[in-house]
Amino acid sequence: MFEVRRRLLSAALILSTGLIAAGIAQAELSPIRTGELLILVRHDCGSCHGLTLKGGLGPPLLPETLNGRDEEGIAEVILSGVPGTPMPPWKSELTRGEALWIAKQLIEGLP
Amino acid sequence: MKLAIIAILILTTLQTATAEEFRGTGDLGIVIERAAGSVQVVETTSGTSLSRVSGLGDLSHASAVYSRDGRYAYVFGRDGGLTKVDLITASVVKRVMQAGNSIGGAISQDGRLIAVSNYDPGGVRFFDAQTLQPVSAIPATGSDTGRLSKVVGLVDAPEQRFVFSLFDAGEIWIADMTIPTEPKVTKFAGIGKHPYDGMITPDGRTYIAGLFGEDGLAVVDLWHPDKGVQRVLDGYGRGEQPLPVFKMPHLEGWAIAGDRVFLPAVGRHELLVVDMRTWQEVGRIAVHGQPVFAVGRPDGRQVWVNFAHPDNDRIQVIDTETLQVVRELQPGPAVLHLEFTPRGERAWVSVRDADRIDIYDTRTFACVASLPADKPSGIFLTARAQRTGQ
Repeated sequence: MFEVRRRLLSAALILSTGLIAAGIAQAELSPIRTGELLILVRHDCGSCHGLTLKGGLGPPLLPETLNGRDEEGIAEVILSGVPGTPMPPWKSELTRGEALWIAKQLIEGLP
Repeated sequence: MKLAIIAILILTTLQTATAEEFRGTGDLGIVIERAAGSVQVVETTSGTSLSRVSGLGDLSHASAVYSRDGRYAYVFGRDGGLTKVDLITASVVKRVMQAGNSIGGAISQDGRLIAVSNYDPGGVRFFDAQTLQPVSAIPATGSDTGRLSKVVGLVDAPEQRFVFSLFDAGEIWIADMTIPTEPKVTKFAGIGKHPYDGMITPDGRTYIAGLFGEDGLAVVDLWHPDKGVQRVLDGYGRGEQPLPVFKMPHLEGWAIAGDRVFLPAVGRHELLVVDMRTWQEVGRIAVHGQPVFAVGRPDGRQVWVNFAHPDNDRIQVIDTETLQVVRELQPGPAVLHLEFTPRGERAWVSVRDADRIDIYDTRTFACVASLPADKPSGIFLTARAQRTGQ
């Protein structure tokens, strides 16, 4: 009986932690904002990297072309740009959280 | 006698029928719907959309040129697709995938050759304008690096030539296509870092490449190519740190008024005003954001400017006499392109994220009509058929 209660409690704890985490993520990026970011990636990033992200003036950004770069690395490129190339630093336009979210989408493949 | 009258009546009826069936193309154009891979055929006399042609592939960064009869549009897609569209029947006549990644194209002086500039594989390919059969190709191998370079700023020039720039290699090449299967290429190396686009003056004499990698422009006099490349406006940024450039400016829709040319300053909220006879800067105009297109009304009285992200919701109109911003318009989110009607009484503006084309009266600045369009970008009217470099 005691054991069951303990398990239930920890399950509830895990569940609520998950909910809180999800809540935080949602608080950071609203569906409206992620929608805006997807348009930004498709069309504004797409003006150099291609609408389908197959590349253009800039390199392709499809999952298989990212050479195993992680979210942190990609977010850093987005925020700081690549000096000596046309890739601009986006830090005046995007937060770190937004850049990480975009990096995650690129790694997983855009919806 | 009776028979004659009947015959005349029949003939008249036939003529009326034919007059209704046939139509000129002088007031037609296309609007690129970049995400849907389609184009709308539009007419500028009443400001309406006539039809939609689909199946053109990835049209992000698409552009178009026209056959000299103004009937066919050649649409260059990002995915390397080259599509010949019949404006009269609103259908795809022919479509070829000519490269992996493409940026734009041009049509030869005699109207027989279509040239396409490619990123991958870097170079220019030539096609028969009628059949789209491949004719020849120029791989853009950089003189220094020996590697293929992305090609930008491809334009047609008089005497059956094309001129283009090598983005990675920093070169300008002139291709004489008198013998279409045997391109004769003149190369200029070391013109500057990262030419991002090129243009030709309306008289077809002067080619200008804008540089992304440094402040300046590279100019070639096509009457005297032997004199080489002249560097102008060097250091126009005066050593100030440029702003991040969120969208490459374009020189394609450049603006001329009299002897003056209006150019986007890369990474700056400015237009540069240059005297074309001396290539000296004669002024600069502070504008709302980083200019993308600076387009002159055909009479040269006004220049309309749109801007890069995040200032891309508006247009500013500049009076070319006073060099003042005389009007600011706010069409909506992501103003991507604009095109004047051939004599300049209207400006057609694509507002991508509002899925709309707005038509402005260029005297009153009133928006006189709007057309729905699916993520519209480039607007190309058939008047381009008669212009060098378009």
